[in-house]
Amino acid sequence: MNHTGKNVVRMTNITKTFGTSTADRNVDLELYKGEILALLGENGSGKTTLMNILAGIYFPDSGTIEVQGQEVQIRSPRDAFQLGIGMIHQHFKLVDVLTAGENIVLGLPGPLYVDRKEINRKVQELASRYGFDLEPEKKIYNMSVSEKQTVEILKALYRGADILILDEPTAVLTPQETQKLFNVLRNMKEDGKSIIIITHKLHEVLAISDRAVILRKGENAGTVDTLSTTQEELTEKMVGRAVSLAIERPQVPRGKEMLRVSELTCLGPDRGKILDRVSFSAYAGEILGIAGISGSGQKELCEAVAGLYPVSGGSILYNCQTSHGRKMENITGWPSGRIYQQGISMAFVPEDRLGMGLAPSMDMVDNVMLRSYRSTPGLFLNRKKPREISRRLIQELDIQTPGISTPVRRLSGGNVQKILLGREISNDPSVLIAAYPVRGLDIQTSYKIYHMLGEQKKKGTAVIFLGEDLDVLMELSDKILVLCDGKASKVMDPKEVSKEEIGMMMLHFGWTPRHQEVNP
Amino acid sequence: MNHLQKQKTGPVIHIVKRENLSVRRQWLIRGLALTGALLSGALLILALGHNPLAVYRDMLAGALGSPTVRRETVKIAVPLLITAIGVSLAFKMRFWNIGAEGQFLMGAVAAGCFAFFMYDRMPRPVLIFVMLVAGMAGGGIYGMIPAFFKAKWGTNETLFTLMLNYIALVLVQYLQNGPWKAPKSQFPKMPMLDDRARLSKILGVHWGWVMALVLVVLFYFYLTRTKQGYEIAVTGDSIHTARYAGIPINLVIIRTMFLSGALAGLAAVFQVAGSDYTITEGTAGGVGFTAITAAWMARLNPFGMLAASVFIAILERGSNKIQTTFKIPSSASEVLTGMILFFMLGCEFFMNYKLVNSRRRRENP
Amino acid sequence: MNTLLNLAAAAVLAGTPLLLGTLGEILTEKSGNINLGVEGMMFMGAIAGLSVPFFYEQLTLEAGASPSGTAGALMALAASFAAGAFGALIYGFLTITLHADQNVTGLTLTIFGTGLGNFFGEYLGYQAGGYAALGEELKSAFHNLSIPGLSQIPVLGKLLFQYNWMVYFAVILALAMNHFLRRTRLGLNLRAVGEDPAAADAAGINTTRYQYTAVIIGGGICGIGGMYMSMVTTSGVWVHNCVSGYGWLSVALVIFSVWNPARALLAAVIFGGLTVLRLYLPIPGMPIQIYEMLPYAVTILVLIASSIRQRRENMQPKSCGVNYFREER
Repeated sequence: MNHTGKNVVRMTNITKTFGTSTADRNVDLELYKGEILALLGENGSGKTTLMNILAGIYFPDSGTIEVQGQEVQIRSPRDAFQLGIGMIHQHFKLVDVLTAGENIVLGLPGPLYVDRKEINRKVQELASRYGFDLEPEKKIYNMSVSEKQTVEILKALYRGADILILDEPTAVLTPQETQKLFNVLRNMKEDGKSIIIITHKLHEVLAISDRAVILRKGENAGTVDTLSTTQEELTEKMVGRAVSLAIERPQVPRGKEMLRVSELTCLGPDRGKILDRVSFSAYAGEILGIAGISGSGQKELCEAVAGLYPVSGGSILYNCQTSHGRKMENITGWPSGRIYQQGISMAFVPEDRLGMGLAPSMDMVDNVMLRSYRSTPGLFLNRKKPREISRRLIQELDIQTPGISTPVRRLSGGNVQKILLGREISNDPSVLIAAYPVRGLDIQTSYKIYHMLGEQKKKGTAVIFLGEDLDVLMELSDKILVLCDGKASKVMDPKEVSKEEIGMMMLHFGWTPRHQEVNP
Repeated sequence: MNHLQKQKTGPVIHIVKRENLSVRRQWLIRGLALTGALLSGALLILALGHNPLAVYRDMLAGALGSPTVRRETVKIAVPLLITAIGVSLAFKMRFWNIGAEGQFLMGAVAAGCFAFFMYDRMPRPVLIFVMLVAGMAGGGIYGMIPAFFKAKWGTNETLFTLMLNYIALVLVQYLQNGPWKAPKSQFPKMPMLDDRARLSKILGVHWGWVMALVLVVLFYFYLTRTKQGYEIAVTGDSIHTARYAGIPINLVIIRTMFLSGALAGLAAVFQVAGSDYTITEGTAGGVGFTAITAAWMARLNPFGMLAASVFIAILERGSNKIQTTFKIPSSASEVLTGMILFFMLGCEFFMNYKLVNSRRRRENP
Repeated sequence: MNTLLNLAAAAVLAGTPLLLGTLGEILTEKSGNINLGVEGMMFMGAIAGLSVPFFYEQLTLEAGASPSGTAGALMALAASFAAGAFGALIYGFLTITLHADQNVTGLTLTIFGTGLGNFFGEYLGYQAGGYAALGEELKSAFHNLSIPGLSQIPVLGKLLFQYNWMVYFAVILALAMNHFLRRTRLGLNLRAVGEDPAAADAAGINTTRYQYTAVIIGGGICGIGGMYMSMVTTSGVWVHNCVSGYGWLSVALVIFSVWNPARALLAAVIFGGLTVLRLYLPIPGMPIQIYEMLPYAVTILVLIASSIRQRRENMQPKSCGVNYFREER
């Protein structure tokens, strides 16, 4: 790559604070014409904030931005795309009830009337130029994640973007879809576009980028040429010290069957089957990993087991301790309150932490007693024990908070998750369901969470772990299950399947690995 | 590049969030907002050709100037305060109960069944007690109707409760035109209450004011210390979290709306048996709406609502006074209340956000 | 047959203010703002629409000239639009710029607007020494039209061609708004803002400008609806509390018409019919209060029915009730 080439973007000394926390401090970044630049950093290192500044979403507190050699002020996304900058956000910015074509032309100047035929023709043309498949008349809410991503990219290209920013574009894609995306990105690079890809996956940096800029805790931590670097160097720069990337997987003997789900069927809002005869068992001392592209029924599965989603068929059995010893109790259709009242200690860490797991504007004490406030007698609340548990959790899990009476929504994502997970394991669950427990967390916190899950397993808990990152999922889990379109595969040993095979199973239900086809 | 030249320069006012504003600053901002509202009111008075100072002074005199008017002011404040506590329970749950007006009327009608027709069949303390219970039941059950539909199907409660106001009003009109019409009256109106159905006085005002003060303390503890109060707060904060926590949401919604309506009904009994001594179309007289204002001004804090209710009562009493002195229509109190709440709503912004001139900061980072 | 025809004609006349209120609120909600201040804005429009022609009449009479009905009508239109738009501007400034709660701000606007309407209504009465009423010349500008040829067609003439000009104004407005939202680029952009302001913003739409414009024009239309109450319904006389719940019914009709201006036409005629039913279909022995209760009771039934059956395409714009702040995270 020719480094002395023309730089198309140059950000200097960018600082951005939110309230009391600083997201970026004096960060510099340069992008050259026709290159793919990886912006690497942990969650919370300020990379998305930096790119949002370039895309006009945030306005920097200080620092300068030059585009094509001219100093500019980017005050809105409109300013950004007039400068040829397009960003594909991690949470897509598409209007659900409109069609792909309508989303693509949204907000553009043009004649008074919208000529849908003409738009669809132009979109189709653009799509075929870069090798995308797209139906311009399809409504966004009927689209899969990767289709939505295609719309986002086309939207940027349609606006004549020659600087493209992609925020964690592979987070929700299968390995196959990722390959396809990378091919498209290479096509665009050939076409003279300059691309920034935000990621925290090292192998992707090595696979696609020409250079990598690394951020750590909101500051520059180095710039490297991809050809002359290694995963270890990148990690060290990203985390600030050498870390081992291996996830510990303590081996403990498999215990009793704690949860048995058989033929579980649930209906979605449109009366279609969102879960279709799903069966599996979870055993004490084992982590069961569940993979699947987003929206395959994971959320409904967790919620159905936790008594939060209506079940229309099949059964859920739970291994309970009763006065007559242990027995498999049928808890199908029990609401969450009843499950708790029957003394079943099932812990559930939901995907939406502040929207479901915690009451965001309440303090830590009130959140810690969320599941147990009923267990004390009388009409009045007893905050004594929750207060003690809160203090203990702050100590044990190293939770950063101004105090136990700060509303939890003021805390950072990692600390919020520690409170949630801490509360859930504080009453010794026999089954722990954790949905995407490390989403949005930095590496250190993520490893702490993996460690906590491992500890639970050692204590004899049956852990069900839903993850997005297949590498982690396969390393951490003792058994693995793939959900595809509401149907479950059989339970597999992660040592006996490859990541690519899991990827195929995520896309096509019933696909079975045939080892001769896998690359040697 | 053409668009590069179009870039504007010059100061950029920029909004950023702020956290942890000191309590003193918060009160300062609220004080400024109140002053701003009163100044806007002064401008309106000035535009009508009166001296704002004289008008405001007359309002104060009309509301607090003598023991007689002070008692009248308290009589306005009592039902307002009790109703405000009622609506605040629903609001805490983010249930938009704007039907307090109707719940108030239904409470009045329910109490009226006993006050008009059974006053001679039981001893006075029993009668009063029964009236209070009936009032609460009437308002409470009327409040439960929209709550039931909200819980079951998520029916829009804002409009539902509002429509129930009109239906309650029509019911009162029906009663005063027909079944409950005063026997000897030429006009469609209900009779006056028998002495036995009227409340006794403490310090010159019916004892409802003592009850109102007790309720302030009671509901402060209800909201902060009891399990039911906690359930209301969790449900209001995030309905999914409440479901996750195993809180029986439907029960909480219906129970809380019963309480909310019951308080409005209770307030109505004090209004009817302590102040009006009859029921008319104007018995509620907008108290259901003013209560919302009082609750919101106080940020749903019962002690704050005490202050807000007294304040609004002063405005209302004062407006009656200036109507006679200056011929300024008494609807002035609604206009002023509206302005104050506008300013209060606006000033929240300055507690949560601050304005930054980003250009200046860019130059001296 | 004749009764039904009369009822239909009366329903259209009674439904027009509801239609205007509904249209104003549809436009407002399409931008993601739910303004519960319709009742207040209608009051503001009602008093402004009455008092400006009133003073115009006084001034021209003092000058010895005679007031023109057309001029008076145009003044009423402009003044009521401005008054409603002013109320909406307060709402918009508080919610869009200052991020205040939409529900509470709207309610406050209702209290404020109702107070302001009655305040100036009474004040006008004091000035006029009794009550404020317009002269014949100005009132006749709001009388039913007689279109030569068309109005005389049997049945159809009565059904379609003999209303006052405001009815036609409201119908054309409904059709134009429908066309605007479905076909035009600006309409598409507005819908995007109401559904997902973050997405619209990222697509380069100036969300603030769209929201302000929709809220203010919507408020102005509500104001015109209020003017209909004071100029047509009460024939140019200020009646205390004259809007009496029509604003709230309009908010409910928005749901009934599933945010579709063309369907609002139908909804408004039906509810207009309910409000005048007792004059045309009296049932002996039935208390008039039952009739008076009807529009409100039917609204409740509609609310319940629409909450039981919900379809994705016919729902409230998704960002209604939530204020957008770009730097939220």
